[in-house]
Amino acid sequence: MAIRQCAVYGKGGIGKSTTTQNLVAAMAEAEKKVMIVGCDPKADATRLILHSKAQETIMHLAAEQGSVEDLELEDVLRAGYRGVRCVESGGPEPGVGCAGRGVITAINFLEEEGAYEEDLDFVFYDVLGDVVCGGFAMPIRENKAQEIYIVVSGEMMAMYAANNIARGIVKYASSGSVRLAGLICNSRQTDREADLIEALAARLGTQMIHFVPRDNVVQRAEIRRMTVIEYDPTSKQADEYRALAQKMIDNKNFVVPTPLSMDELEELLMEFGILDDDESMVGKTAAEEASERMAAIG
Amino acid sequence: MPAITHEQAEALIQEVLEVYPDNAKKERAKHLAVNDPGISSAKKCITSNRKSLPGVMTIRGCAYAGSKGVVWGPVKDMVHVSHGPVGCGQYSRAGRRNYYTGMTGVNTFGTINFTSDFQERDIVFGGDKKLTKIIDEIEMLFPLSKGITLQSECPIGLIGDDIEAVSRKKTKETGKPVVPVRCEGFRGVSQSLGHHIANDSIRDWVLDRRDGDQRFQGTPYDVAIIGDYNIGGDAWSSRILLEEMGLRVVAQWSGDGSLSEMELTPKVKLNLIHCYRSMNYISRHMEEKYGIPWFEYNFFGPSKIAESLRAIAAHFDDKIKEGAEQVIAKYQSLADAVVTKYRPRLEGKRVMLFVGGLRPRHTIGAYEDLGMEVIGAGYEFAHNDDYDRTLKEMGEATLLFDDVTAYEFEEFSKRLRPDLIGSGIKEKYIFQKMGIPFRQMHSWDYSGPYHGYDGFAIFARDMDMTLNNPCWGKLEAPWKNAAGASATA
Repeated sequence: MAIRQCAVYGKGGIGKSTTTQNLVAAMAEAEKKVMIVGCDPKADATRLILHSKAQETIMHLAAEQGSVEDLELEDVLRAGYRGVRCVESGGPEPGVGCAGRGVITAINFLEEEGAYEEDLDFVFYDVLGDVVCGGFAMPIRENKAQEIYIVVSGEMMAMYAANNIARGIVKYASSGSVRLAGLICNSRQTDREADLIEALAARLGTQMIHFVPRDNVVQRAEIRRMTVIEYDPTSKQADEYRALAQKMIDNKNFVVPTPLSMDELEELLMEFGILDDDESMVGKTAAEEASERMAAIG
Repeated sequence: MPAITHEQAEALIQEVLEVYPDNAKKERAKHLAVNDPGISSAKKCITSNRKSLPGVMTIRGCAYAGSKGVVWGPVKDMVHVSHGPVGCGQYSRAGRRNYYTGMTGVNTFGTINFTSDFQERDIVFGGDKKLTKIIDEIEMLFPLSKGITLQSECPIGLIGDDIEAVSRKKTKETGKPVVPVRCEGFRGVSQSLGHHIANDSIRDWVLDRRDGDQRFQGTPYDVAIIGDYNIGGDAWSSRILLEEMGLRVVAQWSGDGSLSEMELTPKVKLNLIHCYRSMNYISRHMEEKYGIPWFEYNFFGPSKIAESLRAIAAHFDDKIKEGAEQVIAKYQSLADAVVTKYRPRLEGKRVMLFVGGLRPRHTIGAYEDLGMEVIGAGYEFAHNDDYDRTLKEMGEATLLFDDVTAYEFEEFSKRLRPDLIGSGIKEKYIFQKMGIPFRQMHSWDYSGPYHGYDGFAIFARDMDMTLNNPCWGKLEAPWKNAAGASATA
């Protein structure tokens, strides 16, 4: 069977790396062979699988040795929990150089070195929150990830981001075979969150593949640099990740998304009471509102 | 009497435009014109300094070429680092023939390629640390260098390296100017913006370094040569004329020039500009800040030289005015001898020119001194003010072509069959294969100097040996020539 390559996108801080590593651990538990490719200069996409602070990255090793041509695959590839293969593209400190170029160079290196072995079932690209330039779109170009999962929550900005990512997918879907495979709701316990994400998914032409509830065991495991699957395999949260993993394994719902216009998105948010449809409040400070309320009472 | 009428020239332009798609035709039409010396402003007939169209095989270069290749590169006692991948520096190395005196690698560095040779890791992690190290190494290996310029190649602007911070730090540490030049090639439409950026960097990092320093002993006759790149020795054959008339040349910008000369230029009495396009910016700045007037001169051909010498002298006292007359008188016999020898061989020959931002108009007088006529002229990167100056120099019904395309240039040449074309290395072999004598007018075709009286003698010789080379009579294969064929049989 061909390797399924998946990319995980979503707003910064939404829980992409945590969700990805937990679902990958669940897949590994189910005897799937998986590789994680971290595409973020922070290089924190594999720490829970490897129990390490941050893996040595392709770009840092390349810089040390001269160029990527001087690297071997075994220099950069680490095996972690249940044989999950881990690699980090790496990149510069914030504010210098070009992180996007780092992603491009690293992925090209992996391809040329044959990291995508035939016995792999899944490759997961864990990508920096905002697709700020062509480099961070590298994982969804031709012959790379074909399934995109967007991690989202019921918070307004997370949904804005999800919609923007869907726009990017449309661009690459028209020139290649990349498709939106679903939204993963990583709950922030906002009101009617599951309904809202279901509705957003429907408008985007996709599905909410799973609703991952919020549970403190995730943080407890993370402090120990472990996934929930490994730290507390009997916990309810571990089962949630297993359910997510199984749904992804079985997933056949791949679509070219239909992103919403700004107005449509705001309408949706109003429908769910996240945005008020009262335009008169735009640009009004708390103090102004308070004095208006006083006047009304007075 | 023009070879063709105004109407015929207009018709020729229309015919050449005909093959373009509508959009390209509309755009290119603005850049082609028939000259009318009576028009007051070029705006009325030609558009310039606009983005080239894709696919037209423009002859233009980039901002890096304008800064590193033209303005900064010839400053001989500074090290010019091509900051970025290796190619920009390597393929522009020593190609422009800016002659200089000095011991290369010891106190002068003009023909060496200094580059930061960017690799993937420099792009990804940024190049500032490497740059710091390079500057330290330059200081160690070339202690007699007077300063460093950082000529930015494209990636520097893309990855946002803070070369200004490195420059400030290293300027402080070394006490020598380290000048960041943001001449990334993607900026602007041609090398012209690179000239401007380079001028601005001189203004910001060099020009005021001797402002409070009174040690320089000035004279009332101090001048600077601005915009002469000493190609084949041009500035040298110009400088002697100025000196012979009694002026003191304090600085040459930038051919065979030095940092110290640039620093002292704010103390001169008059700036003399040869290449207006590439250095009018710094001249205007010196006029504003230091009150130094500037004057454009032309040292191509005895007529323009005499005219310029007198006009320059008019800025000074009688001693200089007399000096100018003496210089003109001294060289008159040389100029006459050249004209006597070559004019009969060149009389009536028609020339088409397509060069950078100055020569298409500046060399017209030299050709006319030899009895030749310029029937078409255009610039790679001129602006409207250059065309303003060109209209007057060119005859009625001659062609003007801005940022000419390969196709237009070939078509005009086929139709007008000039006796000589002057342009760049990329054009040279095309026209030679068309059987048209050609001179490479950027680097003087490995000859020169062409400036001044001495240069005129070489200019005339070169035009003659090109035009009257016996090879042009041998282009037709003997078997295609009926007489030749029967003779062989």
